[in-house]
Amino acid sequence: MVTGLDARIVLGHGNGFTLDVTMAIPPGRTVALLGPNGAGKSTTVAVLAGLLPLDEGRVTLGDRVLDDPSTGVFVPPESRRMGVVFQNYLLFPHMTVAQNVAFGADQGEHAGDWVERLGLAKVAHRKPRELSGGQAQRVALARALATRPDVLLLDEPLAALDVTTRTRLRRTLSEHLDAFDGPRLLITHDPSEAFLLADEIFVIEHGSITQHGTAEDIRLRPRTPYVADLAGSNLFNGIAEKGTVGIGPHTIHIADTTIAGPVLATIHPRAVSLHLRQPEGSPRNAWETTIDLVESLGDRARLNVGEPLPLTVEVTSDAVRSLGLAPGSNVWVSIKATEIGIEEG
Amino acid sequence: MSRRSRPPRLLIVLAVLGAAIFAVPLLGLLARTPWRDLPSLLSSDIVIDALKLSLISSLGATVISAVVGVPLAWLLARVEFPGRRLVRGMVLLPLVLPPVVGGAALLFALGRRGLVGEPLYKATGLVVPFSVWGVILAVTFVSMPFLVITVEGALRNLDARFEGAAATLGATRWTVLRKVTLPMVMPSISSGLVLTWARALGEFGATITFAGNLQGRTQTLPLAVFVALESNRGTAIALSLVMVAVSLTVLVVLRERWWKTW
Repeated sequence: MVTGLDARIVLGHGNGFTLDVTMAIPPGRTVALLGPNGAGKSTTVAVLAGLLPLDEGRVTLGDRVLDDPSTGVFVPPESRRMGVVFQNYLLFPHMTVAQNVAFGADQGEHAGDWVERLGLAKVAHRKPRELSGGQAQRVALARALATRPDVLLLDEPLAALDVTTRTRLRRTLSEHLDAFDGPRLLITHDPSEAFLLADEIFVIEHGSITQHGTAEDIRLRPRTPYVADLAGSNLFNGIAEKGTVGIGPHTIHIADTTIAGPVLATIHPRAVSLHLRQPEGSPRNAWETTIDLVESLGDRARLNVGEPLPLTVEVTSDAVRSLGLAPGSNVWVSIKATEIGIEEG
Repeated sequence: MSRRSRPPRLLIVLAVLGAAIFAVPLLGLLARTPWRDLPSLLSSDIVIDALKLSLISSLGATVISAVVGVPLAWLLARVEFPGRRLVRGMVLLPLVLPPVVGGAALLFALGRRGLVGEPLYKATGLVVPFSVWGVILAVTFVSMPFLVITVEGALRNLDARFEGAAATLGATRWTVLRKVTLPMVMPSISSGLVLTWARALGEFGATITFAGNLQGRTQTLPLAVFVALESNRGTAIALSLVMVAVSLTVLVVLRERWWKTW
């Protein structure tokens, strides 16, 4: 039976802060825990997996209590049925790929099937040190899935990979996340990973959740400077062709003329310029639009502009004053083609 | 050629002197070897008995060390308990203690009038000193610390997150120990066992004090060499050559087989 994971985690952390996190992950949903290094992300994984006992709070899976200090219930890690992909994978160095995957394999489950399913048959007899980063990641995923876990916990599953591999493996990971019907928790410090893979995002800073919501909520209504910074980027799925990317009915120009097919376009809020009149010179991407929202973040301000391509824009507060920018006013937007990040999507 | 590529001459001279400390005695031994009489010397009872006893006692000490020394190393590395430093100090003591003192202490404890020896004798009639068991015990006392410190160090350096990962995969603590912890420190266990065995083979002081020097019962190779030096140079040389050959063979073979890391 598939059930949801509920956790209220309170844990005194050695270096002066307390981890205090509350989250609920329904079955079949991916929640991302997004935050900077040292915010308490890996500690959260350790608590959920049963490697660290709670100080206070409660972890439950459906109606099964896994950890509750008030009643003294503590289910040890080997009985929790949590599939964990650890940071740096922690593959057993003295075992082959096949032995790693078979280590915790559920009875009746053929570890060999998981080796096949993740495309590892050719490297099944290699030791972990002979694997590429991408292969190691898939071994870690296969090893966790072969136990038929009730919950999937992934701690920075893509962080150890180079950029090209990361894009490819993000897609593999996405497929396997979708195929897993229990609750899924993705730990990451990379906003694009969270936006692309998760249904809901919890932002953690200094041990506490500072904001949670859908990718859309986080992006459009950041509540802390950290969230504003990391979540600020505008992300669009589009189709690339001959130096342009079609995003719905709108077309933008990009620097790369060779890329074709589905892509992910990122536009940093500070890469967008605002003008009162049509800009002169060479910006290939310029159009007129309306300001929906102006939000002050100290000496900077964050604006949302509307159709034809809704964007989050960041400018100085001085610019807001001198240009008289306010909700409802018309502006011209310009973006240099070289400022648009393109990744195969 | 750059000047850096030429190593300092003084360093080379010192290094050669260092190597000579090992090479000269070996050459001296070979130079005095009566090669023509060697086959008959080697097949003498004294040599055969001592070789047998040395192999039995050194291998016995190695096996005992593996069975109780590895758990002891684990306890010292992983379990917090009061007096842990004291226990660790006690385990390491034989490394610095003169073996004769160790042998004497064993005698006071396990002799027929000893703290443990007396009740043991009364209960079972067993007398440990001056028997093969005495040899094995003396040799173990002196050699096991090598295994314990090697393995304890390895266990401390092992990333405990691997054991956590194994637990999340459903492994009980016993399975984790058997399938993850021990295999991951196996290279250290192996080299610790080789050191233990080598030390056991060469043991002299504790053995002669606790077990005596009875040919065929407690006279190991080092003891036999010591006795033969007084009476029969040829036998002493033959015994010494046997020890050199056995040690070299084992160290070379095991270095290939056991000291392999993943």
